[in-house]
Amino acid sequence: MTSKTDTTRDGSRPLGRTLEISGLSFQWNRHHQPLGYPDVALPAGKHLFLQGPSGSGKSTLMSLIGGLIIPSSGSVHVLGTDLASLTGGQRDRFRADHMGVIFQQFNLVPYLNALDNVLLPCRLSQKRRDRSKPSPTDAATFLLDALNIPESHWRRPVTGLSVGQQQRVAAARALIGAPELILADEPTSALDSDNRDRFIELLLQLAAKQQSSVVFVSHDQSLAGRFDQKLELPALEATP
Amino acid sequence: MNLRLAFSLAFASLWHRRNVLALVTLTLTLSITLLLGIQYLRTEVKQSFTSTISGTDLIVGARSGQLNLLLYTVFHIGDATNNIRWETFQDLQDDERIGWMVPISLGDSYRGHRVVGTNEQYPEHFRYGQDQAPELATGAWFDDMFEVVLGAEVARAHQHAVGDDITLSHGGGRTSFSNHKDMPFTVSGILAPTGTPIDQAVYVSLEGLEAIHIGWESGVAIPGRTVTPDQARQRDLTPDTITAVLVGIDRQILTFQVQREVNQYSGEPLSAILPGVALSELWRLMGQFEKALLGITGFVVVTSLIGLAAVLLTLQVQRRQEVAILRAAGASPLLIALLHVIECLVLALIACAVALAVGAAGIAGLSPWLLDTWGVQITLRPLNSTEWLVIAAVPVAAMLVSLIPALKAWQGSRKQGLSHATPE
Repeated sequence: MTSKTDTTRDGSRPLGRTLEISGLSFQWNRHHQPLGYPDVALPAGKHLFLQGPSGSGKSTLMSLIGGLIIPSSGSVHVLGTDLASLTGGQRDRFRADHMGVIFQQFNLVPYLNALDNVLLPCRLSQKRRDRSKPSPTDAATFLLDALNIPESHWRRPVTGLSVGQQQRVAAARALIGAPELILADEPTSALDSDNRDRFIELLLQLAAKQQSSVVFVSHDQSLAGRFDQKLELPALEATP
Repeated sequence: MNLRLAFSLAFASLWHRRNVLALVTLTLTLSITLLLGIQYLRTEVKQSFTSTISGTDLIVGARSGQLNLLLYTVFHIGDATNNIRWETFQDLQDDERIGWMVPISLGDSYRGHRVVGTNEQYPEHFRYGQDQAPELATGAWFDDMFEVVLGAEVARAHQHAVGDDITLSHGGGRTSFSNHKDMPFTVSGILAPTGTPIDQAVYVSLEGLEAIHIGWESGVAIPGRTVTPDQARQRDLTPDTITAVLVGIDRQILTFQVQREVNQYSGEPLSAILPGVALSELWRLMGQFEKALLGITGFVVVTSLIGLAAVLLTLQVQRRQEVAILRAAGASPLLIALLHVIECLVLALIACAVALAVGAAGIAGLSPWLLDTWGVQITLRPLNSTEWLVIAAVPVAAMLVSLIPALKAWQGSRKQGLSHATPE
């Protein structure tokens, strides 16, 4: 119900652009410097590496793409839909239907077990539920398994998981129901290099399998090689 | 639409935080128990209070205030200012408008319980509650001048049965040194419990009272002037004075007329009071106090609700990440706000349910002790509409209180970006 474009995209996997950013800028309030962004055109199924120093507005860009905030000027199109044209409620539903998000850390709802954390998007979105084949629980266990979370941890409190495991559970949550776009905001910064490499490999491999695009934020230049596109945000001039 | 999700998340979240929340809920439970208990007792006390006397149109005694007269005749509290003459009683008896009269003579006691001297008119005409006559549990009303009928509580407290002999004491104290031990009374009957001051009283005939006071005119027994029971039987035992008279008027429209005339009685200064009016005045006095108590308890509940809100607000800081995750997964700000409302509501409902259980257990557990120590009969009964209203007000108030964190969460999650912290 969000827009015509995205309903037609559901049947056949997209050939168009998953993400399109043009002339985008955002200002949190008038005491802040406006953040300007270069244009992006990310074809479906391709992955984008987003790099920039602290304060360059990486997280703000993620919020803009996620539709949690709307641009001061310019536009963000996800799957052909201009996010600014949707109401707040529609953007929430759009995000539930088409996006998965992985944070830097503290990715899990503390009072849900690993399996329930993974299933959360399916409970918020009919589309994600329908796309989880054969059933949401099966899809979740498949992903947890694929991401090397031992079965004994699936129904235990998530507080017992290691940081690496937590991030992989978060990846499973972002991947479930095959959303077209996965936003990963420095998901590996709390991991050691072994864990980091394995995490990125698994994430990109599973995303490719279901043709999800990944927008991956990091300041770790060495990871850029694995991505189709690369975008570097310039450092802001020193803020007063 | 997402109500099921909201409920399941709220329950999971409550369970996760059960250690902190259990304490707040306990505070709330205790305050609700207090509020409900006071409201319950208020109803019970008022019930037993207003049902102490019924069917009596006027109470006539020596000139005094209406509360004093009511207190000593009906509640057996305090003492009479003066007695009225037997001639006055006879005079009133001749009045055609007066249907019946029950004489009452006070002044003696049995182990702290008031002795009420009266005649056969008492069981005939005295009524309490909804026009109920005091009924005998065992035995019969006194037939002989040395027979006595005990109130239910008196018999229970001292383990008396029909046929026991008891000795009355002179004066009203719990321990009296001047006992009428020459003239024991035999228990002829024991009254069924009424939940009124009747249970605490001892009933004898006017003649019996007169007999035991032969030789006691100065207030103590004067040796040589007292008599044996058999000698007493030979005497004319018509009392000289009595304490008060309960009066029934045939045509109730004339009650005020009779009252006015009694108040202006030329033979001696008398007071006639309407028991209903005096009762409601007395209740008004006590009711104020109870209302204040109820008000204070209400504030206790409000305080614990505010405490609950404070705890929820504190928890909210910890919940930042959780809210960010839910929002990122597509939860609306409304769902986030709803979580808070549901959690608060569930806590209030749990507190109410526990309070009801604690209250019921408390009343069931304490009522024997209350009856024992205070002679107050509190029984477990279904809650009345006011009490349901009081208890229903708690979740409603909790919901209102929960709007504080809910609105904050709603506002915060609208502003919050994808990250955990709100950029400022």
